[in-house]
Amino acid sequence: MMNTFVVYVENKPGVLTRVASLFRRRAFNIDSLTVGRTEKPEVSRMTITAEADQDQARRIEANLYKLVNVLLVENITHEPSIVRDLAMIKVAATHEARSHVLELASVFRARVVDVAPDSLTIEITGAEDKIDGLLEVLRPYGVLEMVRTGIVAMRRGKNTISPATAINGELDIAEDDVSQSV
Amino acid sequence: MKPKTAGKTMTGAGILWECIEREGVKDVFGYPGGAILPAYDALKHSKIHHILVRHEQGATHMADGYARASGKVGVAVATSGPGATNMVTGIATAMLDSSPIVCITGQVGSKLIGSDAFQETDITGVTLPITKHNYLVTHANEVARTIREAFYVAKSGRPGPVLVDITKDAQQTSAEFDWDAAKPQLPGYRPDLSPEQKEYEQALDLIHNSKRPVILAGHGIIISGAMQEVRDFAERAGIPVALTLLGIGAFPAAHPLNLGMMGMHGEAWVNHTIQEADLLLAFGMRFDDRVTGNLKTYAPNAKKIHIEIDPAEINKNVKVDVPLVGDLREVLHQLLPHVESIDRSEWLDCIDKLKGDSAVRDIQNLPDSGHLYAAHVINDLWRETRDGDTIIVTDVGQHQMWEAQYYKHEKARSLITSGGLGTMGFALPAAIGAKVARPEAEVWVVVGDGGFQMTLCELATIVQEKLKVNIAIINNGFLGMVRQWQEFFYERNYAATPLLNPDFAKLAEAYGIRSMTVSERSQVIPSVRAAREHDGPVLINFKVEQEDTVYPMVAAGASLHEMIRRPSKIVETAADE
Repeated sequence: MMNTFVVYVENKPGVLTRVASLFRRRAFNIDSLTVGRTEKPEVSRMTITAEADQDQARRIEANLYKLVNVLLVENITHEPSIVRDLAMIKVAATHEARSHVLELASVFRARVVDVAPDSLTIEITGAEDKIDGLLEVLRPYGVLEMVRTGIVAMRRGKNTISPATAINGELDIAEDDVSQSV
Repeated sequence: MKPKTAGKTMTGAGILWECIEREGVKDVFGYPGGAILPAYDALKHSKIHHILVRHEQGATHMADGYARASGKVGVAVATSGPGATNMVTGIATAMLDSSPIVCITGQVGSKLIGSDAFQETDITGVTLPITKHNYLVTHANEVARTIREAFYVAKSGRPGPVLVDITKDAQQTSAEFDWDAAKPQLPGYRPDLSPEQKEYEQALDLIHNSKRPVILAGHGIIISGAMQEVRDFAERAGIPVALTLLGIGAFPAAHPLNLGMMGMHGEAWVNHTIQEADLLLAFGMRFDDRVTGNLKTYAPNAKKIHIEIDPAEINKNVKVDVPLVGDLREVLHQLLPHVESIDRSEWLDCIDKLKGDSAVRDIQNLPDSGHLYAAHVINDLWRETRDGDTIIVTDVGQHQMWEAQYYKHEKARSLITSGGLGTMGFALPAAIGAKVARPEAEVWVVVGDGGFQMTLCELATIVQEKLKVNIAIINNGFLGMVRQWQEFFYERNYAATPLLNPDFAKLAEAYGIRSMTVSERSQVIPSVRAAREHDGPVLINFKVEQEDTVYPMVAAGASLHEMIRRPSKIVETAADE
């Protein structure tokens, strides 16, 4: 099944390569990977989706933790969570088709972000299947270009995933002369 | 205690050696070149002894051998580009066998990075999947913290190699050096996990309800220093101990509960014991394919307890019932007081019966046919050197397996061998590292004629460093293990396995090393004695039976109990028939 991991990493050069290389080396296939800044400048947050059974998912988590720059890993596949993908879709929209396309966009609560004589660019945010749905109905009009960000995810409710809580909780390094940052 | 250094300004190169020294290192193995020259220049201010190798691969194996012989971090140094890429095999070897080494490489100036400058290689990119962690240092003020982190990461948790690539300008420019302020900052690194109480209870439950348990003793015992704890555990619980190749020495060979080595070339009774067991206690081992054989049929009736420091090893190859993730020594300390003494003589008797069949097939028990077998050489070497503080360093192949079978190791760190990566060419340089780490120990290289020629340039290092290292070449004129596979699985098509060798004795003499050539069994012990008495390195060229075979053998992918056994009468090779 498709697993979703939230991974906090140190914001240092090469960390993305380390994570990507790990999946390649252990023969796990990344379906999507997004990375961006967090509320702390020294920490980046990744959302990674990968096809894996339960055992493989546990091994992915354990192997991610082996990377020295990885701060926190959480598999939120089975947690109530909000999952969002963003897409920009450029659709061929001639004079006659334009109103149909606009109607479809509004049904999907997508926004038109660019209008040109022969095309419309639609921005949509939502779960992946919602975007797939819009794409499906737009296809007959002619999808000229499309870009998707890959998903970002967050747990629902007040359960937060943050390296700060983990560091206070369980990340104390035993040796006295080792300090902690972040 | 070193004085406080806050406020002192030093070059990056100076800081490098100062930090390495403060980490307790006295010897480093290296080879100079352009991008690492500032560091070599600064060596004159350091008390560190630099051992000049003949190839950077040798430097990494020496650092590895040093680490395995002593438990301390070994250090290898090389320049950028080819110097760094030559280290790759040694780093991968250390990675697969969890050996703590720190590799320092020079890098082109930081402004030249990415320009394909002379001798520029992205060595942090190259070594990313074969290091525990690696660093690129581009400023002198990063050197101290990076070196401290490198040593800490290399030796803590599951040890492994760490590479630090330092640009030339980071070595040349100056920065304020403050050792105390340069503490490691590794917020994501957690080497010290421990099991939950519930898991201990589940493990004890399995142990106390088991009638046919066996301990699988791995390298982790030696790394963790848990030899005494394992012994206490085995004795109290009355559980026999089977060893992996790298576990040899973790449990005394002469101990009545020691079964011997398991796996592809393990003793038949050991593999049968594992297959018939109702409980496997895996201590610091990782169920490598060479010890399990076919996973579908592996220990089919056994529950499994896995004590292992690396959580990523749990359920990787073999699904276990109770994982205890943590340092083996500490976990055993927690378990020991609760382990009940149980009479398991019925099970032990049953194992003893399995041994009888093997004794009649053992080459040691067969009449002398006038031929020199590698097993004889190794067994005689053991007889002669068994009482001392001896380290045997082997290469990879048939001789390695015979060593594991016929040299009885009583102590940890008395066998050094490349297990996981199976690196030919490992033995000679690793033995140099072992001798540097433990100068009082008697060090023997046991190496095949193939592997020896991969790194024989390090003979010069032995001579230049005046090291007393003895070398036993098990010379059968073949890449023996490959030939054995060809014999069994490729219809004796000996493609590219016969070797036309130089005269190793003459070769040794060219290096100024005393040498002997032995082709009769009666000469084995006298030659070993002569080598031990000689005040300098000695090379003995043992010309052994050419087409000898390592038995038993579990073919790749076969079940562990399906072994190819030595025919009970030795069948002589083609030349005799």
